[in-house]
Amino acid sequence: MRGITKRFPGVLANDQVDFEALPGEVHALLGENGAGKSTLSNILTGLYRPDEGEMLLYGKPATFHAPRDAIDAGVGMVHQHFRLAASFTVAENLVLGHRDAADRGLLLEPRVVEGRIAELSRRYRMPVNPRARIWQLSVGEQQRVEILKVLYRGARILILDEPTSQLTPQEADDLFQTLRLMAAEQRTIIFISHKLEEVMAVSNRVTVLRRGKVIGTVMTGDTNTRELARMMVGRDVVFTQKKQGPAQAERQVALELRQVSATGDLGTPALHNVNLTVHAGEIVGVAGVAGNGQHELAEVVTGMRRRTSGQVIVTGRPARGSNPLEAIRRGIAYVPDDRLGTGVAPSLSVAENLVLKAFRRPPISTQGFLHPRRIRANAVELMRRFNIAASSPQTPARQLSGGNIQKVLLARELSSHPRVLVACSPTSGLDVGATDTVRGLLLEAARDGVGILLISEDLDEILALADRIAVLYGGRITGIVERQHAEVEQLGLMMAGAATK
Amino acid sequence: MIRIERRLTESRWLVAAVPAGSLVAAAILSGLILLVTGHDPVATWSRLLDRGFFAPGAMSATLVTATPLLLTGLAAAAAFRMQTWNIGAEGQLYLGAVGASGIGIALRDQSPFLVIPAMILAGIVTGAAWAAIPGVLRAYTRTNEIITSLMLNYVAGLLMSYLIFDSHSYWRDLSTFTARVFPQGKYLPDAASWPNFPLGGIAIPLGFVLGMIAAAVLWVIYTATRFGFEARVIGDSRAAAHYAGIRTRRKIVAVMALSGALAGIGGASEIGDFRHVLDPRGLQQASFGYAGIVVAALARLNPFAVIVVAILLGGLSNAGFSLQGATFPAGLVGTLQGLILFCALAGELLVHYRIRFARRAGAAPPAPVPARAEIA
Repeated sequence: MRGITKRFPGVLANDQVDFEALPGEVHALLGENGAGKSTLSNILTGLYRPDEGEMLLYGKPATFHAPRDAIDAGVGMVHQHFRLAASFTVAENLVLGHRDAADRGLLLEPRVVEGRIAELSRRYRMPVNPRARIWQLSVGEQQRVEILKVLYRGARILILDEPTSQLTPQEADDLFQTLRLMAAEQRTIIFISHKLEEVMAVSNRVTVLRRGKVIGTVMTGDTNTRELARMMVGRDVVFTQKKQGPAQAERQVALELRQVSATGDLGTPALHNVNLTVHAGEIVGVAGVAGNGQHELAEVVTGMRRRTSGQVIVTGRPARGSNPLEAIRRGIAYVPDDRLGTGVAPSLSVAENLVLKAFRRPPISTQGFLHPRRIRANAVELMRRFNIAASSPQTPARQLSGGNIQKVLLARELSSHPRVLVACSPTSGLDVGATDTVRGLLLEAARDGVGILLISEDLDEILALADRIAVLYGGRITGIVERQHAEVEQLGLMMAGAATK
Repeated sequence: MIRIERRLTESRWLVAAVPAGSLVAAAILSGLILLVTGHDPVATWSRLLDRGFFAPGAMSATLVTATPLLLTGLAAAAAFRMQTWNIGAEGQLYLGAVGASGIGIALRDQSPFLVIPAMILAGIVTGAAWAAIPGVLRAYTRTNEIITSLMLNYVAGLLMSYLIFDSHSYWRDLSTFTARVFPQGKYLPDAASWPNFPLGGIAIPLGFVLGMIAAAVLWVIYTATRFGFEARVIGDSRAAAHYAGIRTRRKIVAVMALSGALAGIGGASEIGDFRHVLDPRGLQQASFGYAGIVVAALARLNPFAVIVVAILLGGLSNAGFSLQGATFPAGLVGTLQGLILFCALAGELLVHYRIRFARRAGAAPPAPVPARAEIA
């Protein structure tokens, strides 16, 4: 790709981007959110057309008018969020929307397709049962199906968008194996990521994007994570780390769960007899692969979901019912993973969102009437203290960036002086700068004596912040370890449901 | 290829420019139709304005239509602001009329100072109770309130007809032989006739005054009270409301009842201000409840704008009646009214959405991007 430029109204998403990837290499595309990685890959797969610049495939100029053209030219994309039909089988998903010899008129020939799938999955060590239905598969298996789908359509250039975001460390290792095998066959792998360690682990070369521009392309062997981080952010980055754990024996118990069980949205059991303790000033990380009960755990603690049995105890007093208002009054603050929609009311202003919980009490309201001036003063004060970048307190929350929305949430929750803070994936989707700010705020809250339950799929984050780490698998706590004794491999095994020592 | 995208931001000048543009478009389109059918557009429009607003007595007549539109418009706006779709102002207005006329008949020998407040209160209570039915169903059984409130309109209409035509109910006049053969409601006593307030030759009905007060109250509720704040959070995101500890179910019932109460005042005003008898056919023909939805939409759910829109639509409909005649068919009147409404509603779309012309599929970004006003 030469001199690719793509403008959106008000944004220069790609600015004179030159990018090349060779057959047989794993080429990482590294950059923060909004750096232009997705735009570039969307151009490469024919979803967007560049305003300027040209694309060459194996030396020949190529113009894609639609995604179909890209597929025909052998460019395939594995999306971060899978695009599979859940009630169809693996084989059916592979031929969906794809015409070839196995597809005679309206009738599919399952045996031909299945044979080809079996061959592909042997070759790339991606075991998957072609007759299984998608909903029966784990996330890792579903991703294999996505990759197989792209291979099945004859892709020689594969683009993977943040492929490890939902995988356990072991599954990610398997994926890296597969990618190397494919590269060995002279296929081209473009690996999009903002995680430095995995880029170092899997790629041959790295191209770093920042604000739509290429900062540089380096051989992976000649660089290190520090240098890549600097290229990505434009300055030196030292991630905030927890210094030392508190002497927890001396601390008061902030939150205790006793034998808590709950059901999921579909009425199926989601939590089984969970026991967990968080001390004041302590950060307890809950690790696990998405969908193993994290969401339900957070909701049970914050009163948003009924528990079927067990007790939630805050500073020694058990909760009577389970409703959010009671939890708020008991000093449980909550940063939900669905920021825009649950954590804030998107069309309401920043000022209104900052009093989303405090609006019931003086000084924000008295006798049922709100006090606009106090709401505004509260907003001005919190925006200054938490460094929230919004053009005014009247700006609707949805116009803010993810990082600023998260700051609004934390400003509101922390300014209520909670005893317990439940934070779900607090930095997912945030750029490096905002991630650092959010982590800093969590650590500061812990220093001030808040007991924090940090629920995250990002193991690195938990390792950086938590004093103790609990692993949730299938709705059960499969183990709790002190951070000092935690090993990634062991945690990974626990996350995958393997028996613990 | 043309595509319609939602605007992320609604620019201020568009909010003012689009209604003006809609009026111009309506004038051009209706002018063309008038020319084709052999009428003088300018003369027709000036006659329309004259009959609707400026001729002696025109404004007073307009307020007769505008009063129920104002109250049902406010009823719709109150509910729609919370994304609760009360389509039942029609039936709630009927029930308000039933309640107010019943009380008016019952208190026939009392002073107006007792009868009139009692009628207003009866309208509020019956309208609110009728609206609370779909509200409770919505809140506690997740039934779609659009369907239940709509269906209850038919029930309310049939109930009214039953009271007058199919039974010897308290509301029916059985005092004379003619009344027994040709069913009609009991007329209310003079003490139950609502006063009106003359202002510069215009008679302002009590119902309209109540509507203006209600608009101000509604505005205060939604901008300055805890109740209104909670309703707005629910309207914006149910999940966020639940998260913030707001009791969404109670609030849904309360807002539906508030909406029904406003429509109920409309029904009481129909009895007290204008009809003085429960008149099932007349009320059903008027369809004030459905028209109120249009009023609320055109007013963008702003209570004060509802007052203005109700007067405009009231005038338009009144002028239409006097416009039609031997040389000017009723169908043409309807066409003109329809065109004006159509242009206004189409303009509304442009405030919220924009139209992009893309040369070819796939060339335009599918992702919404910060919007600039692109429509002149």
